[in-house]
Amino acid sequence: MQRFAYANPATLKEASGLLGNSWDDAQILAGGTDLLSLMKEGLTAPKLLVNIKNIKELTAIAPEKGGLRIGAAVTLDELAENALVRRQFPALVQAALGITSPQIRNMGTMGGDLCQRPRCWYFRQGHGLLAMRDGKSLIPAGENQYHAILGNSGPAYFVSASSFGPALVALDASMRVVSPSGTRDVPAAQFFVTPKDEASRETVLQPNEILTAIHIPAAAAHSATYEIRQREAIDWPLAAASVVLKSGAPVIVLGHVAPIPWPAPEAGKFLAGKPLNEETATEAAKLALQGAAPLSQNGYKVQLARVSVKRALLAAAKGA
Amino acid sequence: MPDYSWPAMEKRKVMGTRVARVDGGQKASGRAKYASDWHRKDLLFAALLSSPHAHARLVSMDLSGAKNMKGVAAVRAIAKPGDEIQWQGAEIAAVAAETEEIARDAVRQIKVEWEVLPHVVSEKDLAAAGTRVKAAGEQVTGDPDQAFKDADATVEGFYGIPVITHCCLEPHGQVVEWPGESINYWPSTQNVSGLATDLGTALKFPPDKIKVHQDHVGGGFGSKFAADRWGVDCANLSKEAGGKPVHYFLERNVELMIAGNRPSAFAKIKVAAKKDGTITAWQSESWSTGGIGGGGSPPLPYVFENIPNQRKKHSAVSINTGGVRAWRAPNHPQASFLTCSALEDLAAKLNMDPTDLFLKNVDLTARAETYKVQIAKAKELIEWQKHWHPRSQLTAGPVKRGLGMSIMTWGGGGHTSECRTSIFPDGSVVVDIGTQDLGTGTRTILNMVVAETLGLPLSAIKVNIGDNALPKSGPSGGSTTVGGVTSSSRKASVNALAKLFDVAAPALGTTADQLEAVDQHIQVKGNPAKNLTWQAACSKLGVNRISETGFNDQRKPEGLNSSGVGGIQMADVSVDTETGKVRMNRFVAVQDVGLVVNPKLAESQVHGACIMGICAALFEERVMDKQTGHVLNPDMEFYKLAGIGDIGEIIAHMDIRPENDKRGVIGLGEPPAVGVVAAIANATANAIGVRVPEVPLTPRRVLEALGGRNA
Ligand SMILES: Cc1cc2nc3c(=O)[nH]c(=O)nc-3n(C[C@H](O)[C@H](O)[C@H](O)COP(=O)(O)OP(=O)(O)OC[C@H]3O[C@@H](n4cnc5c(N)ncnc54)[C@H](O)[C@@H]3O)c2cc1C
Repeated sequence: MQRFAYANPATLKEASGLLGNSWDDAQILAGGTDLLSLMKEGLTAPKLLVNIKNIKELTAIAPEKGGLRIGAAVTLDELAENALVRRQFPALVQAALGITSPQIRNMGTMGGDLCQRPRCWYFRQGHGLLAMRDGKSLIPAGENQYHAILGNSGPAYFVSASSFGPALVALDASMRVVSPSGTRDVPAAQFFVTPKDEASRETVLQPNEILTAIHIPAAAAHSATYEIRQREAIDWPLAAASVVLKSGAPVIVLGHVAPIPWPAPEAGKFLAGKPLNEETATEAAKLALQGAAPLSQNGYKVQLARVSVKRALLAAAKGA
Repeated sequence: MPDYSWPAMEKRKVMGTRVARVDGGQKASGRAKYASDWHRKDLLFAALLSSPHAHARLVSMDLSGAKNMKGVAAVRAIAKPGDEIQWQGAEIAAVAAETEEIARDAVRQIKVEWEVLPHVVSEKDLAAAGTRVKAAGEQVTGDPDQAFKDADATVEGFYGIPVITHCCLEPHGQVVEWPGESINYWPSTQNVSGLATDLGTALKFPPDKIKVHQDHVGGGFGSKFAADRWGVDCANLSKEAGGKPVHYFLERNVELMIAGNRPSAFAKIKVAAKKDGTITAWQSESWSTGGIGGGGSPPLPYVFENIPNQRKKHSAVSINTGGVRAWRAPNHPQASFLTCSALEDLAAKLNMDPTDLFLKNVDLTARAETYKVQIAKAKELIEWQKHWHPRSQLTAGPVKRGLGMSIMTWGGGGHTSECRTSIFPDGSVVVDIGTQDLGTGTRTILNMVVAETLGLPLSAIKVNIGDNALPKSGPSGGSTTVGGVTSSSRKASVNALAKLFDVAAPALGTTADQLEAVDQHIQVKGNPAKNLTWQAACSKLGVNRISETGFNDQRKPEGLNSSGVGGIQMADVSVDTETGKVRMNRFVAVQDVGLVVNPKLAESQVHGACIMGICAALFEERVMDKQTGHVLNPDMEFYKLAGIGDIGEIIAHMDIRPENDKRGVIGLGEPPAVGVVAAIANATANAIGVRVPEVPLTPRRVLEALGGRNA
């Protein structure tokens, strides 16, 4: 790990002022569960770490106009244990509990989860975010069993790592982002982006921007996240789906199948006005994966994603 | 000659009881000191530069950047220009510095120029491995061609089990201090008594001037017998740094790349049988790799070795990965998986219960009587009658349940071992033996044997192990430790007690041969009222102590230990056919290991082995990238091991019976690890109605085996 300086600001303004224009200058430190491993592996090497866990306003969960506001530094455990969240947002609680190690839930934060880097093993083993070699990605001809089956026309083939991403997109959340030049609100669906080159990142955030809070407009007791993991022990989902049932068409967003959370509007449309049962859910699941284009080793993920959609729909129908 | 034989089963007071391991508290509380916990004054930390290439020639190396860094105490080139490096992670250079961070920074300053050479890192596709394949000659017994022609039924299958690594929780490494005259060496090893010779030979330094000490080891599984390259480099770094102690342990990624692995095994197998299940012929074409050296053949057909007609061919594939090391019953888990899979498929084809097929052919094995009893017991414990169904009749719903079985055998025996038992005038007893406790409970077992022999409570005895100043005991491999150390400690203690009897006899007005040690007393046989307390007897030693040795000769066990065991394992799994996820419900291991010194520890050993097998059946696999030659999962995130929630219920049944007991002590380190993958793979086939040909049984493989069914 390269040597770095450490700052521990108490206000957002102070923190914001410490960030620079490049990821090499400074990076935000929340729980550190992802950032420190990246630094240890030499995959990132900021000169300064800016701890945000001591900024009070980032650490609260509060009701807001029928919806919810979650501070970016709220830990995954705090979220999962919050009574209001448990009552109104099962999709979030299920996503949090899927992150199986209590240690990670205790340390990891909402902001950190949304901004964590991909777990693609080519990236983590030092082959770069897009795993390019001689102008070509290693992934299509490589070990791609955990890679994307949607949105994978290249050059990015990894899957978005965040388990909350799909749920927040489905919940129509927006992200409040603060920088020295002001504040902006980014809809969750636009927060995640597919990088086109090695230097880009997987969210719209710039190096000098801080995600301060997540705003969810309305309660969603009939929502669910269903993830398929191989292990009960710490493991990454092979596929996941978050679902929010609304008066019109249900909102369905797939996780861990594409470089970004992947909405499946056709599947939702199909269900509009129909009863939700095993049969309709199965049909919707098929539609959700219609566009899937698996790589050489990950055809099985299409099946897993379908099952996730079906099971998330049926769980959401049951309610919190 | 004194009578060393074990007390009769019903007379044992300590042996055979469920004593908790004596160092359990230390381990659970974190007080147990492992090699990497030796933080000596002026300790330096070493870091390794390892090869980024799977196959390359080192053209040049410039160490000056590292040497010139402040805080760096020693830098050593391990590879030199012209060397051909054969795997990623191979040792290239090492640095010792005042902190770990400086050492790592310094490693990054080393400049190496490489000539990259073509690599092969995959062996599964034999045809694609080209010149890397070395075929051994075909072995033929009987007339397999005729037997296949005459058969009522034949099955053909392909089965594969990949390379897995040892993945010791405590990585390989050591602390070494080499001030000049002597060397202090704190390794993580399975071989306390033999390690000084290994290191000394490599360093051209007298082994008797090398002090080896180890209290605990965090997993070895067959991978920690030698001083290794890193031990030698660690010593040299210390010397170069003026004798300061150096702490040098492999990083997790390099640990998984170079510190040992278990060879893969792939095979096309054909088996023939009569209608009634009698197996008549076996044919196998197998291949495997253990790295650049290729891979030896697993013993096929496993256990059913007397199948009358056989044709076998094995090829070793040499690939550019780190080399094999012994892994808990070398080649047996692979052989068990390949054989039992083929036999289960045969049973399915004959529409037979596989337990009936195994029993029908049990005379083709070397221990038919053992297996018969064990199959019955295992069936009872797994509730076979209730849950087993033919492969053609699956359980209802998307989650399918199935049962499967496997069979195993192993040697054991007792390694060469010397032990010294000392009795002091104050009544205290010290046992000295240069063995090691791999977590198997060796300390506890020694304590129990000596307590049994001397008629004392466990707490009256101090057991010293883990130091090469103690009497020499063999390396812990081949499941030979418990046989060796129980024999040597029994003999040493019987010998010491005889000396105490000599001293006590006059006071009791009798002769030594009339005495016995019972419940902290030395008493006259048949007249227990005539006695001395242990303390009183020992006080008669005056200022002298008794110090007697006992020796186990591996070739002459004298009835105290022996070798050769059998076991039956059965798995009960549920498979979600929509997700391909295999869940363990229950696992049963019925295991014979002769005389069981401590059933609790024995069961604990079986549990550990089953957990390791469950990991291999469901999760473990070293994933290689063909394009870069790199290991893609040299971490504990994607090199997956089971967590407690993945294990299910484990029932360890020790096959304790007088006929097993009378054979003496037999090792248990390896046997229960053999059949786990096979039983789980068979249970999965039984659950879903099709064979998943390769393990680990990932959702991907299970869904692919289920084919278009869910698509
Ligand atoms: C073994 C393992 C298994 C896991 N399984 C899952 C899983 O199944 N699903 C899942 O979703 N996650 C999983 N995680 C990831 C885990 O949830 C994240 O590591 C954690 O949430 C990150 O939070 P943190 O606060 O520790 O982030 P940090 O490590 O502190 O930061 C991560 C990144 O986010 C940036 N960042 C943090 N906060 C902000 C902010 N407020 N504004 C802008 N940038 C910010 C940091 O600069 C850094 O780049 C797993 C992690 C591990 C190690």
